[in-house]
Amino acid sequence: MGTLYVETREGDQIDLQAEPGQSLMETMRAGGVEEILALCGGTCSCSTCHVYVEPEDFSRLGPMKDDENDLLDGSDHRGPTSRLSCQIRYREELADLHVKIAPED
Amino acid sequence: MDQRDVVIVGAGQGGAQVAAALRREHYTGSIALIGDEPEFPYERPPLSKDYLAGDKPFEQLLLRPRDFWAGHEIDLRLGQRVVSVNPQAHRIRTSEGAEIEYGTLVWAAGASPRRLPCERDVLAGVHVVRTRADIDRVMAELPQVRRVVVIGGGYIGLEAAAVLTKLGKAVTVVEAQTRVLARVAGEALSRFYEAQHRRHGVDLKLGALVDHLTSRDGKVTAVGLADGSELPADLVIVGIGVVPATSPLADAGLECRNGVKVDEYCRTALPDVYALGDCAAHINRFAAGSAPIRLESVQNANDQATVVAQCIIGKPAPYAALPWFWSDQYDLHLKTVGLSTGHDDAVVRGDLDSGTFSVVYLKQGRVIALDCVNVMRDFVQGKNLVRAGAVIDREALADGGTPLKTLAAAAA
Ligand SMILES: Cc1cc2nc3c(=O)[nH]c(=O)nc-3n(C[C@H](O)[C@H](O)[C@H](O)COP(=O)(O)OP(=O)(O)OC[C@H]3O[C@@H](n4cnc5c(N)ncnc54)[C@H](O)[C@@H]3O)c2cc1C
Ligand code: FES
Repeated sequence: MGTLYVETREGDQIDLQAEPGQSLMETMRAGGVEEILALCGGTCSCSTCHVYVEPEDFSRLGPMKDDENDLLDGSDHRGPTSRLSCQIRYREELADLHVKIAPED
Repeated sequence: MDQRDVVIVGAGQGGAQVAAALRREHYTGSIALIGDEPEFPYERPPLSKDYLAGDKPFEQLLLRPRDFWAGHEIDLRLGQRVVSVNPQAHRIRTSEGAEIEYGTLVWAAGASPRRLPCERDVLAGVHVVRTRADIDRVMAELPQVRRVVVIGGGYIGLEAAAVLTKLGKAVTVVEAQTRVLARVAGEALSRFYEAQHRRHGVDLKLGALVDHLTSRDGKVTAVGLADGSELPADLVIVGIGVVPATSPLADAGLECRNGVKVDEYCRTALPDVYALGDCAAHINRFAAGSAPIRLESVQNANDQATVVAQCIIGKPAPYAALPWFWSDQYDLHLKTVGLSTGHDDAVVRGDLDSGTFSVVYLKQGRVIALDCVNVMRDFVQGKNLVRAGAVIDREALADGGTPLKTLAAAAA
């Protein structure tokens, strides 16, 4: 277990307990982060789980796969630390990660 | 009598989203969300994929945490079926006899699986794939199952076939048409999926009509085909499409031939009654013809739910969302954008044999849809082509090495 710090679009802070093996999207959806629609249920099809990762934390995540990168390219709101939260499995090295929900496309 | 400003019938993908969207827009009226399944609102796509495979627990299918509904003052009534609608009195009645008066009624009841004409008696071992309960029944039987017959080669049948093959079952797929996915995709894609399933050991019977089910002691033992052959089966999955769940609306006087007819704001012909999702026959600006169509997709249910919520809060905007869909079979990730039905030409981009390619569908030279197999980039960049109805040279399209966005820019 570790903490995932989420900032909503409105600027609210939500701290969640993340479990290893779960994706960040799953943790956020189950934790009541309403802005995470996750329409495709984590199959890397919808990009409604788009987050900005805190720049200091970004490198801890490791590289993303081509599919995620390409899907993010379709977003009008892609930023330098954009990720699809369904594609990140929580693991111990990711403790205390900070993310912010990206605007809706 | 109970009274609610908004009564939503069907607590599935679309109904749940109407309620959630209303609260997100700070709607303060009272909301009842009534569903006949015992489950909290959940997503169906994993039912024929990770959930059936045993790779995802049910908890992860929930659209929202269980305390969301009460926490947002949404009166969620599970395990209750709405049996009639009285449009004059603005009232619905449930199977338990409860009556609720509505200000606005939202019909989001989805669809029920079509059954085989020859299924006269309920047989053990014969299943459909629509709800969690359906899949739980399949999964409970699986340890005793060796041979599976899947009737219907649509997405749901093929996804189930892929999962069951991976679980080590001997799977036969029976399809009445001469190709799989005939209703939703072009021939190139059908042939590709047929080859993939055969490669994984699936016995595929095309142009094969089911005549009867053979049983012993109330349990299915074989599927009998019209050509006289018998396919032994310990378990049968019937995946031959759905029937829209609209009968209380039809009884209330609405035209429901294949779904209930709605306009571009998801309004039915009855005052204050909306319908959306799998059960709604709507005008879609991405459809090839002008006739109403029904779509069975998460995209459609979700985006129509948004249209309805916007109407209810007094900020109406017509339904104009671009259709998209996905299907996962084996290691093949299909993403679809647009609606290919009615295409008059199809161009394959990339190499079919490599398992990484797209099919671009054209109508009168314009791009109307793409099926992309393991090519995310075409799915993403193809959206703009479909939106614009772009006219692009066939040969340029066929060259998988040139990104679609370059072609779009050149065409513009
Ligand atoms: C196995 C499976 C796999 C799928 N895979 C994909 C996929 O990969 N991608 C994709 O985009 N789409 C997929 N879909 C389609 C998608 O799930 C549906 O299009 C979507 O769920 C439709 O939403 P809906 O709200 O219209 O209906 P539903 O989600 O079906 O919800 C309707 C609800 O209303 C209930 N109900 C019906 N009648 C009544 C009544 N009279 N009173 C009360 N409640 C009632 C039903 O039991 C149901 O719970 C899949 C569907 C299935 C079944
Ligand atoms: S949930 Fe759809 S891409 Fe992440």
